[in-house]
Amino acid sequence: MTGQPRRLPVGGRVDRTSPISFTFDGRTYQGLRGDTLASALLANGVYVVARSFKFGRPRGVVGSGAEEPNAIVQLGTGADALPNQRATQVELYDGLVGASSAAHGLRGLIDAARRVLPAGFYYKMLMAPPILWRFWEQVLRRGAGLGTVPQGADPDRYDKLNRHCDVMVVGAGAAGLAAALVAARSGARVVVADEQDAFGGSLLASALHIDNRPAAEWVVDAVSELRTFEDVVMLPRSTVVGLYDHNFLTVLERCADHGPSTSGAAARERLHRVRAKEVVLAAGAIERPLVFANNDLPGVMLASAVSCYVNRYGVAPGERLVLATTNDAGYRTALDWQRAGREVVAVADSRADPSGALPRAARDAGIRVLRSHGVVEAVGHAHVRAARVASLNTAGDALTSTARRINCDLIACSGGWNPAVHLSSQTGTRPVWSDEAVGFVAGQRRGLHCAGAVTGAATVAECLGQGAAAGASAARAAGFATDETEPLATDEAPLDAQQALFVIPHSRRTSRAPPQFVDLQLDVTAADIELAAREGYESVEHAKRYTALGFGTDQGKLGNVNGIAILASALGREIGEVGTTMFRPAYTPATFGAIAGRDVGDLFDPERHTPMHVWHEAQGAVWEDVGRWKRPRYYPKPGEDMDAAVARECIVARTGVAMMDASTLGKIDVQGPDAARFLDRIYAGGFLRLGVGRCRYGVMLKDDGMIFDDGVTVRLDDERYLVHTTTGNAEAVLAWLELWRQTEWPDLDVYLTSVTDHWATMAVVGPKAREVLGRVCSDIDLGADAFPFMACREGHVAGVRARVLRISFSGELSFEVNVAAGQAVAVWEALMAAGSADGITPYGTETMHVLRAEKGYIIVGQDTDGSMTPHDMGLDWAVRHGKRHGFVGERSLALADYQRADRLQLVGLRTVEPATVIPEGAQIVADVYRMRSGRVPMRGFVTSGYYSATLKRSIALAMLKGGRGRLGETVHCPLDNGNVLAAEVVDPVFYDPDGERQNA
Amino acid sequence: MERYSLFGLLKHALHHHEDWPRAWRDAEPRSSYDVVIVGGGGHGLATAYYLAKVHGISDVAVVEKGWLGGGNTGRNTTIVRSNYLRDEAAWLYDFALELWPDLSRELNFNVMFSPRGVLNLGHTLQEMRDIERRVNANRLNGIDGEVLSPAELEARVPLLNCSASARYPVLGASWQPRGGVARHDAVAWGYARAADALGVDLIQQTPVTGIRVEDGRVAGVETDRGLIAARKVACVVAGHSGVLAAMAGLRLPIESRPLQALVSEPLKPCLDTVVMSNAVHCYISQADKGDLVIGAGADGYTGYGQRGSFHIIEHSLAAVCELFPAFSRVRMNRQWGGIVDICPDACPIIGKTPVGGLYFNCGWGTGGFKSTPGSGYVFADTIAHDRPHPLAAPFALSRFERGALIDEHGAAGVAH
Amino acid sequence: MLLLQCPHCLEARSEEEFDYAGEAHIQRPATDVSDAEWADYLYFRSNPQGRHCEMWVHTAGCRRYFNVVRDTVSYDVLAVYPIGERERESLVGKPPP
Repeated sequence: MTGQPRRLPVGGRVDRTSPISFTFDGRTYQGLRGDTLASALLANGVYVVARSFKFGRPRGVVGSGAEEPNAIVQLGTGADALPNQRATQVELYDGLVGASSAAHGLRGLIDAARRVLPAGFYYKMLMAPPILWRFWEQVLRRGAGLGTVPQGADPDRYDKLNRHCDVMVVGAGAAGLAAALVAARSGARVVVADEQDAFGGSLLASALHIDNRPAAEWVVDAVSELRTFEDVVMLPRSTVVGLYDHNFLTVLERCADHGPSTSGAAARERLHRVRAKEVVLAAGAIERPLVFANNDLPGVMLASAVSCYVNRYGVAPGERLVLATTNDAGYRTALDWQRAGREVVAVADSRADPSGALPRAARDAGIRVLRSHGVVEAVGHAHVRAARVASLNTAGDALTSTARRINCDLIACSGGWNPAVHLSSQTGTRPVWSDEAVGFVAGQRRGLHCAGAVTGAATVAECLGQGAAAGASAARAAGFATDETEPLATDEAPLDAQQALFVIPHSRRTSRAPPQFVDLQLDVTAADIELAAREGYESVEHAKRYTALGFGTDQGKLGNVNGIAILASALGREIGEVGTTMFRPAYTPATFGAIAGRDVGDLFDPERHTPMHVWHEAQGAVWEDVGRWKRPRYYPKPGEDMDAAVARECIVARTGVAMMDASTLGKIDVQGPDAARFLDRIYAGGFLRLGVGRCRYGVMLKDDGMIFDDGVTVRLDDERYLVHTTTGNAEAVLAWLELWRQTEWPDLDVYLTSVTDHWATMAVVGPKAREVLGRVCSDIDLGADAFPFMACREGHVAGVRARVLRISFSGELSFEVNVAAGQAVAVWEALMAAGSADGITPYGTETMHVLRAEKGYIIVGQDTDGSMTPHDMGLDWAVRHGKRHGFVGERSLALADYQRADRLQLVGLRTVEPATVIPEGAQIVADVYRMRSGRVPMRGFVTSGYYSATLKRSIALAMLKGGRGRLGETVHCPLDNGNVLAAEVVDPVFYDPDGERQNA
Repeated sequence: MERYSLFGLLKHALHHHEDWPRAWRDAEPRSSYDVVIVGGGGHGLATAYYLAKVHGISDVAVVEKGWLGGGNTGRNTTIVRSNYLRDEAAWLYDFALELWPDLSRELNFNVMFSPRGVLNLGHTLQEMRDIERRVNANRLNGIDGEVLSPAELEARVPLLNCSASARYPVLGASWQPRGGVARHDAVAWGYARAADALGVDLIQQTPVTGIRVEDGRVAGVETDRGLIAARKVACVVAGHSGVLAAMAGLRLPIESRPLQALVSEPLKPCLDTVVMSNAVHCYISQADKGDLVIGAGADGYTGYGQRGSFHIIEHSLAAVCELFPAFSRVRMNRQWGGIVDICPDACPIIGKTPVGGLYFNCGWGTGGFKSTPGSGYVFADTIAHDRPHPLAAPFALSRFERGALIDEHGAAGVAH
Repeated sequence: MLLLQCPHCLEARSEEEFDYAGEAHIQRPATDVSDAEWADYLYFRSNPQGRHCEMWVHTAGCRRYFNVVRDTVSYDVLAVYPIGERERESLVGKPPP
């Protein structure tokens, strides 16, 4: 084991046959398969892994799992980089490249400045002038932050799976495995997830026996049995990060991080979205550190972490150990340490009479136990060199002797255990303080069964028993019968009562002692919390927010309870009374990409394509996003810009023949004896007397009287109508119609079906439209009298059954040909061929906009914004009052504000300078105001502005206060660039006001 | 009140910070006050402060059921801007924005206002029309704003995906340089401390259980510590306005919904402005500590739980990964929900009620934090003079009956 | 993430299949009411902290609307029932169990 000076010669669940190499902060080291990055660094004697956030103090590994606050590292480089990884959870692989995230700290704010910079110092300085804070903020920002954002787009992909189960078991330690076994045997569908790479939890690092077998063997058997059940899903390396309402859980599985980057070859992580009938929470507990002076020195570790490194990884992070404990369980670490052949210098037990089995065993093993003692201070610069210990009074809140120095290079501390109640409180159930467990335990909630250390259980036997019971109660609640299970015996020593002690007092008071750290990641000290209390930040939430306690990436897993205890003590209250802050998802940080899953890039939002999409693409169409649809905006010829293409398309449509793909318009098939009555109530206009084969424009209001949608409705049959909606509103309109049909007028016998995707629509537009359509349609008389404007005919176009509507959004002679989507391309191509001699051209949305604006037709959503009535838009002709049942929105039209004469009204604008187009969104002012400071009253705004090639001038539609009364007036549009455009207010119909062309 | 300063910090350092005074007193409720303000969030505390400071009315109690700033003040994404579309809203929010730069000095408490600018992205032609319309209107209202092209955006926000091949390519953005972020808790604490110094009683952990009305006039509030009589009662309880209104026999046009937000793990500086996108639905900035602060959507349903449904977070993070592909490997540290009171027109209700001496200030939806100083100012003025402040007048409850809604759905940042 | 039992499909499904459709049992008044009464119907909602009768629609399923009684604090669903059935008044207004 050359090069791994702290590696023990034997032991651990590591593969000693072939060392692997890795790089950390530019140096190459050796480690073993089975190591974490943290255990490998410790094996190599690398103790300082970070500098602290605020004061730049050296920091080392403290824990062995999700609780680690210090060892935050950046893995990899470039786009592959992984910021903010916890070294204690990074599985080592050959070639791993890591770097400390924390060679930072506010460079100027060295430890010496600490005294001037207590909690919340930034609230008390640099208030003015504002620029001072802006400057300081830049300094602060440069020093803050941990990891670095990867360079470039994420090369990896992430999967999601939905799972459903009867019992979800969170955690596969003793309690979780016991629960899973009972639930699985009952026949329930079970999912078991554990954050570690192997099941077993703390049993993996345990020297205990269960059922007369080594604990690890029991684990192997339990896991093997679970694997025999078809309906049991076992998820290692899977952290349950969130528990949401109605037992919805998010489980993040790490699939690839334990090896070199696969660069997207396989999913890096998978998010399991689990819906469970019942949840067994067996998440265990996290050891609570003790707070004492300089307790942030590298070489101060959790006792359980020391045991874990010794037993699981075969690493002894030091030579001479001092154990500081308040409980029996901590003694295990002293015994483990001694068993590893290292020296236990002393155990400082805060209790007056540690006489339980484990303390006895320690004494029997020759370990020096100091009763009523605590470690009051760690001594050293970059690493522990000694512990200062002193005797304590019974309550543990005062020293009864002066401190003496004991040389050592490792201080393990155990202040008891914090149940991992995080998930239980994520749906709003507050944890409750338990004096017995000396910790917050989960509050009761239906559907949640807690077992093991999460309830405060301290022994493995208890955990096994509780697990079996919770598994049984969960299975029964999910409807399964369970068998009695025999309790499992362990050779575990019973544990005596622990002492509720969180801070070892110092000979100097907290405010003057060396810093006693509570939250290591954010440099929050006991003095900070006392200061918060002193200043009136008494609520636990205030204290937390004022000091930043628990805001780190460990979410206060180590520090929160100690912080609450210090606050309670400062306020003279009980801990339970002070309470805890709420835990929020995620239990441990969850990758954005995994939460997004595959819904990124091309799959971010599905694109909707019309049947002719490929044809448009081949023609070089430029696209416009409309809702989810891709619509051709225009079809540029070589050398053409948009203006040129649109001008050409417009002229062709007005003088020859042009064709547009209108398939995206929403289409709703309305059928039933009451279809007419239904539409008559929904639309502002009348629909009772619309004849079969006829079309009518309708405007649909919300019940507040504002225009919601518009479109043409065709009566296909006595009891059948086809409603057209705008492209973007199709889904909303259907839901709206269904709402009224189902909840307000359930007596109406009418049915609605979306047929948007079933039909393709091509508008054949222009003076030659009849001629061109006639070439491929022989069974419909297209003559002006036989097939008048606003009529519908059925027949065949290019041999395909077609429904042809003579409606027009362009003001030209126009036939909208509807055919089954699957046959649309052939029909489209046949029409293009039929029109080729006449120079038929496809046109896109931009040309459509110009053509309709020339006619003064509005586009809902462009010319309206949800605050316009039909009257505002000059659509009174599409409103029929006095209908027997009225119409949706009618009553609102009588509200006072809707009668104002100065409401915005639709008008047309003609620029004084005909070549200049007013930009859409330009505001209208009354006079020749220049852009200047101060307020300029606005009279309206431009909704649509185009250059009309047909009219050889610019035109615009606008909403203008009292607009219809201002025809002939001149208004002004001040622009960004300082120019002011003058325009005359005109009627919004610029072209063919009598409709001769569309009626032709 | 002991003034905070760098010098003060040094002085207290000599005494090991052992004699810092309380930021505010822990007041015992007296039996009566001129004005009782129900709700000790940012708006309520600001109202109390301006009542005392501007109107000399310091016989005021702020009654808070939990802890000061414990509602939406402490649960938002801290964005401050005023680029609203309609005149009435733009004036109100800009009045508030004007108060922000000097707020730290005014309160002698650093609220860390950081005017780093706010971008509202446009992804469709219609969004760009709306942006043009809004920016033009803002400029004519004296509010800073400009429209940026994708190229300008790329230069300003290097990590933003400005590729034309994105599913919804960024076509441009509005840019309000005076917008930014501030430290949310500090706003509540700063107002609390300053109000306390002017004699306002701050009464925490005291739920109001009833509003006493006598002969059509308010007489006080009932609490679990007894009746507190008052000539005027002002309710500013975002997330619970309906509950308070019901106590006075009133109904409000409000639905309370969970609005979710999340923060990432801290990162080195990588985003120095605020980016909002309505179409792909997220807003994002980077806190001074390094966390990405991300606003997600509101849940569809009425809810008072300070949590929401996971699919909202999934959509928002998909949007973040779409807009900032490099953030895909960043991790979410914490998510939570605030309860927003949403009005039909996405604008607040400020002013008098049919009950004499009873005032409501509510319905701010997603606009609450940014408006805190302005809201407090105009509400205090409304209470002091028993008539709406001119900026508040259009936001009267009676606008719904008249049909005079101020539709701000487009500018609210979230499609409700 | 709510789990709702559609009373038409008779299966419990995740919230994502549904859309919330506002408070239930709001009576649309006749058109001869006052502006104030009309505004109350249009905009004013009970918005209780506790049990709430509301409508949902099974958008990604049967597309049918139905009523739900849900606690707006605990998010517990206390009843689902078809449109047209009377309000489960017995469930509303009582303190949670």
